[in-house]
Amino acid sequence: MTDEEHMGWQITSEGTQRPGPLPRGLRRIPRGVDELATEHLVLNMGPQHPSTHGVLHVLVELDGEEVIAAEASLGYLHRGIEKLAESRRYHQVPTLLDRADYLSGLHTETAWALTVEKLAGIEVPRKASWLRSLLMELNRYASHLVWIGTFGLDAGAMAPFLYIMRDREMILDVLEAITGSRMMFNYVRPGGVVADIPAGIDAKIREWLSHASGWLDENDALLGGNEIFRLRMNGTGVIDRTTALAFGMTGGCLRASGVDYDLRRDVPYCAYPELEFEVPTGQRGDNWDRYVVRVGEMRQCLRLIRQLLDGMPEGEFSSKRSRALKVPAGESYAAVESPRGELGIHLVSDGGLTPYRMRLRSPAYFNLAVVDEALAGGLIADAIVTLGSLDIVLGEIDR
Amino acid sequence: MSTALGVLARFGAMIGLLLVNGVVLIYMLRKVLGRLHLRIGPNRVGPWGILQTINDVIKLLTKEDLRPDSADAWLFNIAPFLIFVPSFMAYIPLVFGPTLAVTSLDTGLLLAFALTSLVPLGVLMAGWSSNSKWSLLGGMRAAGLQIAYEVPLLLSALGPVMMAGSLDPVKIVAAQSGVWLGFIPRWFVLPQLIAFVVYAISSQAETQQTPFDMSEAESELITGFANEYGGMRFSFMYLAEFSNMFVVSAIGTMLFFGGWQLPWLATPAWLAPLVFMAKTYTGIFVMMWARGSLPRFRVDQMLSFCWKVLIPVSLAWVVLWACIQRLWPVVSVAVSR
Repeated sequence: MTDEEHMGWQITSEGTQRPGPLPRGLRRIPRGVDELATEHLVLNMGPQHPSTHGVLHVLVELDGEEVIAAEASLGYLHRGIEKLAESRRYHQVPTLLDRADYLSGLHTETAWALTVEKLAGIEVPRKASWLRSLLMELNRYASHLVWIGTFGLDAGAMAPFLYIMRDREMILDVLEAITGSRMMFNYVRPGGVVADIPAGIDAKIREWLSHASGWLDENDALLGGNEIFRLRMNGTGVIDRTTALAFGMTGGCLRASGVDYDLRRDVPYCAYPELEFEVPTGQRGDNWDRYVVRVGEMRQCLRLIRQLLDGMPEGEFSSKRSRALKVPAGESYAAVESPRGELGIHLVSDGGLTPYRMRLRSPAYFNLAVVDEALAGGLIADAIVTLGSLDIVLGEIDR
Repeated sequence: MSTALGVLARFGAMIGLLLVNGVVLIYMLRKVLGRLHLRIGPNRVGPWGILQTINDVIKLLTKEDLRPDSADAWLFNIAPFLIFVPSFMAYIPLVFGPTLAVTSLDTGLLLAFALTSLVPLGVLMAGWSSNSKWSLLGGMRAAGLQIAYEVPLLLSALGPVMMAGSLDPVKIVAAQSGVWLGFIPRWFVLPQLIAFVVYAISSQAETQQTPFDMSEAESELITGFANEYGGMRFSFMYLAEFSNMFVVSAIGTMLFFGGWQLPWLATPAWLAPLVFMAKTYTGIFVMMWARGSLPRFRVDQMLSFCWKVLIPVSLAWVVLWACIQRLWPVVSVAVSR
């Protein structure tokens, strides 16, 4: 064996190859130092993998089943939404934003509308604010449902994923009746919303509400009430308060780590100042806490939807405005509490018909960044569950 | 001559049963899971979708037999058979009726367990030879878990064996005829309840069903050891899985639920196989039920559960039951005096 072979070439399970530089955080076990030393296995989890929730690629270094280091590799779903927005008029941008976080498009749309309204100084009718809140809460519930289902799948339980579809279909039907689309709504515009809620929808939402609580209890009993599930969740994937804050995590993930921060209450927008709700928090920041926090949030969601239906004001659903909206030159930032956390949009305008620059603060992007810390030390099975507990949506992360 | 014919006929019947079982069980699994999950399950091919599995079998048969370039060809090719053949051979000691069994062996039960314990070898082989990291992890998990769970499986079978005083399934089933105290069927499940619970858990693990399906672990290892397999080779593995389910459920029926016998009534010979199948399929249904509703254990939790709970419990039960059975005549005689 020559020196060069010894230094560079390595015999791996794929045959003999010259290893390139390993990604940051992964270290190579030197060969020839101790022939009995076991080798670590670098596993490419994704971009095609059933549990990376889309096209995420996670590099995992394993010692047997134990995860030594992990790194997320992003960008497989990049569509250049932020760049595309620079050539769209202000009312056209929500079409793009729906495709960022495809599980809760209404939150991104609303964040956009709030940002534009802030910079352009547009007044929003009270009813429009309430409608936005109502739809966002419905959307949040639908998004959390998908999370519960896929989280169950990650943990190996098939049933919850199909059970949640009962609620989700009803919610999507309602959203379709209001906005005209199941997921790509294009409903919230600067100045208000596109249309009033049609007649009979109130009754339809109330009918769903009459089932929702019971169905949520059923799903919670299937997962949270299961001893195996609890064993899997307790104490795994711990993200402490300091780490969560250091990584800029927001939303349920941050609250599970014990930071009581919810934009709906702390930086209120839309109808939230007038509504009553609690913000569930956890303590340890493990997978169990994240599960409990999200289920708690869903119960609060139902409470909010009831209040929004009962107190829905009369009036205009949109302020009169021109399609060729010109926003005065300047900058503004507004954020909403999306199901994943603080979803903010930073807008720079040069006074033209299209934004000069639009930047999306994707909560899932920041929440995902913690995988390097959170996955190391656990087993593969823990890594999958922890990744699932972060509730990532790749459409929003890669944009 | 007649012996050779008889052997052939029995062999043919075994294969027939295995194939029909496979087809029926796959359909049943999909329907049962469908109903548990608020879905319908297959309903397009044939009435109620009953021909769906036939369709799938034809699809699998006509698929190209692929093998990864870097796989260890010999091991890769032989692994599916090493998984399939033992689970097929394990049908030999099953007793379907008073005179209906492939053959009656004094050590039939031992043979069945010995054969099913070969399966992990094939799984490990498949995982290793595929030369895929996912398969390797799946194979290693299977090797660790299935071997561990064989111990409580065997120990839990000892209780009924002690009660019947034989390892011959025919005698074990025969020992469960009649009633205790005039109305309780003499099924061993009642006195051996602890052994039965251990048996049920370890057989679920032995057949790699959720919550013990770590070697496949779809959400973690995609399909684990079977990752690189396709077409017929995959379907052999798939068939073996269902065949194993049938075997453990059938053995459970023989050990704990009186085999082919109806409770209280005399069982006519023609009804015996039906009773046996009904009991076995009920067992399989329960296994599918668990599969449809439970999340998956983690590897270390499952191993520690096996070594720290199941094995001590089943060992203690074997010792306890041996004492009870040995002392019972003495005590009862003493009491009657």
